[in-house]
Amino acid sequence: MAGKRHFDVRRQPGFAFVAMFSFFALYLPMALLVVYAFNAGDSLALWEGFSFRWFVSAWQNDTVQDATLRSVIIAVCAAVLATSAATMAALATTRTRPYRGQTFTYALINQPLMIPEIVTAVALLIVFSRIKVWTDYSGLGYLIAAHTAFCVPFAYLPIRARLESMDLSLEVAAADLYATPWKAFRYITLPLLRPGIIAGFMLAFVISLDDVVITEFVKSGGQDTLPTYMLGQLRRVVTPEINAIATVFLAFSVVIVTAFFLMTRKKT
Amino acid sequence: MQPHEVEQAAIRRGTMRRWLLSAPALVIIFLASFGPLFVMLAFSVLEKGDYGGVKPWTFSFDGWANVFFQHDIFTGELGFADAHLSIFWRSVRLSIITTALTLVLGFPTAYFIATRPRKTREIWVFLVTIPFWTNLLIRTFAMQEVIRNEGVINTVAMRLGMISEPIQIMYTDWAVLFGMTYVYLPLMVLPLYASMEKLDFRLVEAAYDLYANRFKVLRRIILPLTKPGIIAGSILVFIPSLGAYVTPRVLGGGKNMMLGNLIGLQFGKGNNWPLGAAISITLMVVVMVALLVYVRATARAGGDDRGR
Repeated sequence: MAGKRHFDVRRQPGFAFVAMFSFFALYLPMALLVVYAFNAGDSLALWEGFSFRWFVSAWQNDTVQDATLRSVIIAVCAAVLATSAATMAALATTRTRPYRGQTFTYALINQPLMIPEIVTAVALLIVFSRIKVWTDYSGLGYLIAAHTAFCVPFAYLPIRARLESMDLSLEVAAADLYATPWKAFRYITLPLLRPGIIAGFMLAFVISLDDVVITEFVKSGGQDTLPTYMLGQLRRVVTPEINAIATVFLAFSVVIVTAFFLMTRKKT
Repeated sequence: MQPHEVEQAAIRRGTMRRWLLSAPALVIIFLASFGPLFVMLAFSVLEKGDYGGVKPWTFSFDGWANVFFQHDIFTGELGFADAHLSIFWRSVRLSIITTALTLVLGFPTAYFIATRPRKTREIWVFLVTIPFWTNLLIRTFAMQEVIRNEGVINTVAMRLGMISEPIQIMYTDWAVLFGMTYVYLPLMVLPLYASMEKLDFRLVEAAYDLYANRFKVLRRIILPLTKPGIIAGSILVFIPSLGAYVTPRVLGGGKNMMLGNLIGLQFGKGNNWPLGAAISITLMVVVMVALLVYVRATARAGGDDRGR
């Protein structure tokens, strides 16, 4: 109340400064990337005025259009499949007494998170290149399968968390009122679980959309996704067109993450 | 007798249902993530094909031998594969330094967030979460903009007259180091914050009452209590650093490879799949050991708490 500052036990000298530096360092590079996407000139260093020129040129670039479409198709398929599989697995592994094989199930579901991505990528390259020779099929199926696998643990997390914090009494009540197990699931469990499922789907979608390494090794010729296209471009002379693509990508990610954050936020 | 059997049948049905429900997730992960690792193990002991791939059913331990040894091109003598060893060493060294740097930056950052009022804390956490979920390639590319010869650091330093010529940062180990620190910083901050959020500041207050100074409080109270977070963050940064592919490829260029790039190379221009498979398995084993150390360490930290 009085203007006198009392001794703050939480303060540590210099910590706030380092923290500010960290936030500055986290956002400065991204801010620059976004700013130069609007540069009128060819350069990533000299500012020559504001323009949407590079967004237009990226939009009209056929390769970029194809890659974007492919990225979205893969991400939608992988996220739908991974979320369905993860929802079922979460229903099986939560709210139960420990059973034989539960640890095994946990371990296998989280396995993709424990192996370096490059290792999974080359292992998939080995297996899929064989299958491609045997079956003569070289479509997007391989990429969708690979993406689905590494998306499952991400989709599983929020769904499982939601299930574990859910009240069982409503389902018990439904069963008492002669609801069949399916009806109880359809009208009680599923609606209660929906936020978890949506959160899981969004995570899986973003994770699939962002993937570079596994896609780079699994894709057949001409199957570039947006990230692998960008990786290829970085080796050449870079124009702000890459910044424009990255900016749109970034904006999209931020929207999804914000939505995810608002949805899973603990209500206090 | 009768009810017991009914119960047993119900349990069996429950178990059956659980396995059926988990089946799709388990099958897809086995087919497209876990299973291929075994195929890779098999490939590591086959002879390399002339144009990539392997010669089927021709066993050879060349792939494994080549991880550490090589025949001299001219004399045919067997010596250490210096190039591979230096890449191994660089990967381990850069990963350790990256972990240390993210800890030095991340610890105060997490502490800062944890000591904010509850309302604003969420916003700070959100600010760390956004880079965490944005594309790693885009963030690497953003870092490139900063450290390039025509980038911010060099431009500003030259304008200020601190340097007359741009400092070459791109395509050096420094670039990889900066890039990885930048990219993996959120992975350090988030687990650290999780452990600091639970910090009981009454203990800190008690220490001050007992005439501890700020540094002593940090060293004797805050650090020991946040040890699980420090271990978790370090492992979360160390493991992806060791297997990094994108960041060293973009910022390190062709010369400053890390393990991930060495593996990738064997499946591309190197055309030596068994060697690539052997290096992959080596990397995987190192990561597994690191994870094991982590599990052991957290178990011990938990045991300490109980003993206190």
